[in-house]
Amino acid sequence: MRIDGKGLIDRGTRLGFTFDGHRYEGHPGDTLASALLANDVRLVGRSFKYHRPRGILTAGSEEPNALVTLHDGAHREPNARATVTELFDGLAARSQNRFPSLDWDLLAVNDLLSPFLGAGFYYKTFMWPRAFWEKLYEPAIRRAAGLGALSGQPDPDRHETAFAHCDLLVIGAGPAGLMAALTAGRAGADVILADEDLRPGGRLLSETLEIDGGPGVDWADTAVEELEALPNVRFMPRTAVTGAYDHGTYGALERLPRGPKRPVDCFWRIHARAAVLAAGALERPVGFADNDRPGVMMAGAVRGYLNRYGAAAGKAFVVFGNNDDAHRTALDLADAGLHVAAVIDSRHEARLSGPFDVHAGAQVIGTRGGRALEAVVIRHPNGRVESIAADCLAMSGGWNPSVHLTCHMGARPVWQEDIAAFVPPPGAVPGLIPAGAAAGVFSTHGCLASGAKAAREALEVLGITAAHAPLPEAEDAPYAIRPLWLVEGKGRAWLDFQNDVTAKDVKQAAQENFRSVEHMKRYTTQGMATDQGKNSNVAALAILADATGRTIPETGTTTFRPPYVPVPIAAMGAGGRGRGFAPERLTTSHAASLERGAPMIEAGLWFRPSWFPRGGETHWRQSCDREVRHVREAVGVTDVSTLGKIDIQGPDAATLLDFVYTNTFSTLKPGRVRYGLMLREDGFVMDDGTTARLGEQHYVMTTTTAAAGQVMRHLDFVTQVLKPGLDVSFTSVTEHWAQFAVAGPKARELLSGLLDTDLSDEAWPFMSCGEVRLSGIAARLFRISFSGETGFEIAVPARYGDSLFRLLVARAESLGGGAYGMEALNVLRIEKGFLTHAELHGRTTAFDLGMEGLMSRKKDFVGRTMAARPGLVDPERERLVGLKPIGPVKSLTSGAFLFEPEAEATRENAEGYTTSVAFSPTLGHFLALGFLKNGPERLGEKVRLVDHLRGYETLCEVIHPVAFDRDGGRARG
Amino acid sequence: MGDAVLLDRPDPEAGEAAWDGYLHLRDNPAGVTRDLWHHEAGCGAWLVVTRNTVTHAVEGAELAEAAAREGQA
Repeated sequence: MRIDGKGLIDRGTRLGFTFDGHRYEGHPGDTLASALLANDVRLVGRSFKYHRPRGILTAGSEEPNALVTLHDGAHREPNARATVTELFDGLAARSQNRFPSLDWDLLAVNDLLSPFLGAGFYYKTFMWPRAFWEKLYEPAIRRAAGLGALSGQPDPDRHETAFAHCDLLVIGAGPAGLMAALTAGRAGADVILADEDLRPGGRLLSETLEIDGGPGVDWADTAVEELEALPNVRFMPRTAVTGAYDHGTYGALERLPRGPKRPVDCFWRIHARAAVLAAGALERPVGFADNDRPGVMMAGAVRGYLNRYGAAAGKAFVVFGNNDDAHRTALDLADAGLHVAAVIDSRHEARLSGPFDVHAGAQVIGTRGGRALEAVVIRHPNGRVESIAADCLAMSGGWNPSVHLTCHMGARPVWQEDIAAFVPPPGAVPGLIPAGAAAGVFSTHGCLASGAKAAREALEVLGITAAHAPLPEAEDAPYAIRPLWLVEGKGRAWLDFQNDVTAKDVKQAAQENFRSVEHMKRYTTQGMATDQGKNSNVAALAILADATGRTIPETGTTTFRPPYVPVPIAAMGAGGRGRGFAPERLTTSHAASLERGAPMIEAGLWFRPSWFPRGGETHWRQSCDREVRHVREAVGVTDVSTLGKIDIQGPDAATLLDFVYTNTFSTLKPGRVRYGLMLREDGFVMDDGTTARLGEQHYVMTTTTAAAGQVMRHLDFVTQVLKPGLDVSFTSVTEHWAQFAVAGPKARELLSGLLDTDLSDEAWPFMSCGEVRLSGIAARLFRISFSGETGFEIAVPARYGDSLFRLLVARAESLGGGAYGMEALNVLRIEKGFLTHAELHGRTTAFDLGMEGLMSRKKDFVGRTMAARPGLVDPERERLVGLKPIGPVKSLTSGAFLFEPEAEATRENAEGYTTSVAFSPTLGHFLALGFLKNGPERLGEKVRLVDHLRGYETLCEVIHPVAFDRDGGRARG
Repeated sequence: MGDAVLLDRPDPEAGEAAWDGYLHLRDNPAGVTRDLWHHEAGCGAWLVVTRNTVTHAVEGAELAEAAAREGQA
């Protein structure tokens, strides 16, 4: 019901919305919860475990009950808190965890079974038989207990992440936060004021308090106007600061009002030199029998709905509390002309006068009603029990300062006896100063003063002096409370409404010796729901303290962890899904490859063509075999630009290369290329590749595609740390040059006429390099070969890559060859025993690879000392060999183990493994590269290959790793 | 990228113990420690970062190149 003349909503504008298909109306400024209450909707959900009917409990972020599913179809958003969901025209919301409907929920039968379903029930009951857990128990439990469900479709909504920096982050825009922001803003500091609510003011919005003689809300509006006029202040409404992290970093979730083409939320990382926590306080319930019945609400929320939204939460009210603050609810309700049936204050000394009965020293011991509250049962100090008709019970067990962020870096809050609450531990998060209710200061005057002081302290550390401005006039009433956690009696007293934890569950945990608060939490699931027990944890640990005969500070709290409010994974990972997940590196031949129908394969971040299918080919092997034959018999073209290219120049370039490679490059003549092997300092192989000497002080190093980044990092390390005096510069030029391999007996023919040079063996012998011109363009030519055929690699500035690739492929095709992809490239190199990171996998040494000859004895180089360790040159090590099948089974697999033919195929008998396999169309059989104990001495022997994973085995002959053209004549000639 | 111990590469003939220490043995202090960081996505500089493992406070950073030259001087 709306109360005329009350509320900060725009009654002149109507917003239509639906809840469970029923149409309702609300107004701008409403939340979904306030609009539902104004429409007298009391039942909004079913509880997690027992499916008990539940209504709106709070008016804020801590809401455990009013969780709904918003929007339809793929836009569906489960578990939205109705209390912080901004109403808009057309909003569609549905209740959760009920079947078939909210009013008639079949699984409400769980509630009747509750004597059997207490704390630890799942742990004790579903232990046996073990196999039933996964197949039967867990799915059934998951279906019964639960929250809303995702749509299962890709999320069509937009999400964003962003960064912000400031001098001072003020968290919360209530009186303390506004005063802190004003103080810092006026002093010229760069301020961000973040507030979770859609409207600034904090509690001022929900109270009838006055500041400077006028409504508190007006003061808040004026303060925000002043702040927004300051260029150095950014006000971020709808932004909940979710976590405090190292070095002044804070996470924050901004929820944007829904609109077309607008993201729904943004996850901020805010770096603040200092921060003021003015996050306010959360009211806590009191435990008594059936305190979860719809209609039982927090006292502060009841008057908040009245004052802020003009929404009466009922027609007849009872107020129950243990502190003076609860009295405000009774007074505000009565002022608005609503019927307050009684005020129950558990304190004998409580004094309050108003147009209602006040029962000091009495307690509420239960509630009556079905799916809605009908009566409140109270017990007077003399033991008399009375039932009072009411449809709304406003309860207050006191207020808990929102200490959460101050404890995100591991600190525990401190118990403060006079307010019966935990307050922030001093200095727990460097640079974060708590103020106002978050620091346990509850009067309006106290909040304003504390906010101003916190800002001045924070700014002083930053070297900014803030002036002392006179504080606005405001009430400074003391906060009087006498703790009341639980009214003992029959029936279930609920603590954690969202996870259905009762006071009895906590006592049972203590009885079963789960006495540590962390154990109690896990045993009962107290505080483990999406609300993280914001309004129930303190009461639960107080009851645990009582049950275990300890004080509350002795019992302590559980660990506070971010995020303070639920953050959608979609917001945290915005921009990082689908094609935005990782950058994609495309070669200049990418478009041409796609036009030829080549399937692309990822190689690191690069995309490379696997093969180039032609008409009539239905299997990749047909294409691959053809491409291999093209290279062996005519000519093939492939893009090798993805290999790392590092341009190295300077007087000490040769010295650097001599130190990072095992072999010597200072003796390499300009115009020549040499294969090099690079070790890690521990003696194992890091990478290999060819390095060309283009000039006296100019080299171009190539790395494998996979290790390009690692080698660059290594060169940085060597030149900065190990050899800081070297006069040498280097830079990655991988993307600057498009480089294509032209390989095959007709390679020279393909290139004839293209280049301004004579390509004879005399002019361009094997392993030569130099600068050439191609149609007037400066290009580089390298006579190197990864296929074992006569080969040239030609590099042009990347902008010419596309056209050169097309030209080379067209020429190759006219000569009976064509483009070849990664599969053929792999077959060609396996036939030749050339290595990739399948072999250079980080556990192999130069000795294992048969490359000990490349280890210079005349100089120091990275890895030299450790590579000489006896264990790294033991002939018994698994060393590189080739394999070919000889049994009836003619195929090979990589990753298989090798055994003596008669040995049992167990791990301890393994003598080696395979790393690469291919079908060689050149040789007409499968080939593998692998590592075998004492391998080079076992050529011609038989070994048994067993692939346990694929259930496969065959007999092999050990052969030389270079299976084709062992003397290399084809590449040289 | 590891402990700043890597700045002090032993002589090739320094012996097994020196090399074992350089490559494999690391202190695990509760308190101040010196790390090597690499600004890989930026200028490529290696840095020696002094930080506290208990408080996560970063107490200083210098170019590894400067630290290495000092060490050799």
